[in-house]
Amino acid sequence: MLHYLAKRLLSLGLSLTVASMVIFAVIEVAPGDPASFMLGTGAQEDTVAALRSELGLDQGKVSRYLSWVGGMVSGDFGTSYTYRTPVVEMVNDRLWVSLPLALYALVLSTLIALPAGIYAAARRGKMGDMAVMGATQLGVAVPNFWFAMLLVLVFAINLRWFSAGGFVGWDKGLIAGLHALTLPAIALALPQAAILARVMRSALLEVLGEDFIRTARAKGLSHGQAIRRHGVRNALIPVLTIVGLQFSFLLAGAIIIEQVFYLPGLGRLVFQAISARDLIVVESVVMLLVFAVILVNFLVDLAYALVDPRLRRAV
Amino acid sequence: MSRNLFLGGLLSGLMLLLAVMSFVWTPFDHAVMNIPEKLQVPNATHLLGTDHFGRDILSMVMVGARTSLAVALLAVGIGISLGVPLGLAAAAHRGSWLDEIIMRGNDLVFAFPSLVIAILITAILGPGAFNAILAIGIFNVPVFARVARGAALSLWSREFILAARVAGKSRARISAEHILPNIANLLIVQGTIQFSLGILAEAGLSYVGLGAQPPTPSWGRMLAEAQTLVSLAPHLAIVPGFAIILTVVGLNLLGDGLRDRFDPRLLEGRA
Repeated sequence: MLHYLAKRLLSLGLSLTVASMVIFAVIEVAPGDPASFMLGTGAQEDTVAALRSELGLDQGKVSRYLSWVGGMVSGDFGTSYTYRTPVVEMVNDRLWVSLPLALYALVLSTLIALPAGIYAAARRGKMGDMAVMGATQLGVAVPNFWFAMLLVLVFAINLRWFSAGGFVGWDKGLIAGLHALTLPAIALALPQAAILARVMRSALLEVLGEDFIRTARAKGLSHGQAIRRHGVRNALIPVLTIVGLQFSFLLAGAIIIEQVFYLPGLGRLVFQAISARDLIVVESVVMLLVFAVILVNFLVDLAYALVDPRLRRAV
Repeated sequence: MSRNLFLGGLLSGLMLLLAVMSFVWTPFDHAVMNIPEKLQVPNATHLLGTDHFGRDILSMVMVGARTSLAVALLAVGIGISLGVPLGLAAAAHRGSWLDEIIMRGNDLVFAFPSLVIAILITAILGPGAFNAILAIGIFNVPVFARVARGAALSLWSREFILAARVAGKSRARISAEHILPNIANLLIVQGTIQFSLGILAEAGLSYVGLGAQPPTPSWGRMLAEAQTLVSLAPHLAIVPGFAIILTVVGLNLLGDGLRDRFDPRLLEGRA
């Protein structure tokens, strides 16, 4: 296990290093100089040069990369070019929208998908199975931002059960906050639920073909009892892996859904920063998202190895 | 022919037909504004209604199909033309440093949140159809490399490959002449799946304004423009949404159908 852990940690470190280099390089080739952008077209050349040196833009690429990475490691993400506030504060505020939204969507997706997948597997080949599979076929094809617009039309504009956008803030209470995030979370959860339901179905079908299920039936358990007591538990391992991986998709997917609902999350921060050429903010938020994704994948791998000892040897 | 294959082929074929037809004929000029006829619901003259500028929505959907299909198809092209040779090379030199680099590089790209990186690329290089193709295409490369490598590996131990090696053919030549034709089926199936994912990705990018730029219509931007008008004229949002869904469902069904057709064993195993 230690050997496995060391190997995975090494690959985690390597992934993060390469990711940071790629992101830095992409930002480097971006046209437009932040200093002249901030000062406008009429700025004097020496003013621009002074600002460039204040922002550290006149240093070499390598030293800027190192100071960016070094800063992030110590929790200093730099200062936003446009807002003149520390990036870490801006990110912190927005994280309290994006993170709960992704978690909420994850919970919804799991609550919808697992029962649907189990139901479909239990009624394999029958009408119920076909209905669920048809619904998942549709679920993976629906763009989540379009679904979000329909939700707004029906539940916010026509029925007035929810607000069409914006976020009240957590200081108004947990219920109010969750209420504001409900439509976005549903829109985000739907395509993921469709994928997860398919995984749940096929994992359970695989388990149901095993000898121990036949033994359970021979013991006198009904089909439903065998599924509940022996099938679902054994099928859950691959399903939980996917649940873990989906969290990172949800966090990244929140970027577009936040646009639909005008939620002040990381996604809107990125788009505002892109249009303002506030590269340090773009760089840091993207790196943070990549970090979250790589870290979650790492933890999922680790959890999987803990549950299934065979994997530790295989790698 | 299976039901999946028929239905999938029909839907994808229909969308392709609309896209191709838009080059020679659309009911109206998709770019011409006609304010007096704005926001009409579907009727006999404008089959799918008009938008807030009085433009004919059916014509816009047809031209938009062109954009969406072209972007997704070219992105698949990038994935195949770079990914397949990489995967074949990795399989031909299994366990070598080349294999190791290719596969680790693949792991890395898989670990990236593709949407975030696509947004980053289009935002930095400037929005537009070309950069959208690039941003989506990059993430197709590891997918095809992995599929090609996996399928090729199982072939390398087969006797007809051994015979070709004994005959003195180089690894590169064997890959091109014997391996590639035998894994083409799998690549076609994967291609359909990536095609449908590409349609969704293009829609997402152009929805946030990073895809094809005006005046080129695209389904994603039609949805973005519909957003503020959705309570006034729901059909503005519903029509492009359905175009996306039908295309994606069609391609997914086509992929499923092709897989079953190419590999009947899977069908038996599942039934």
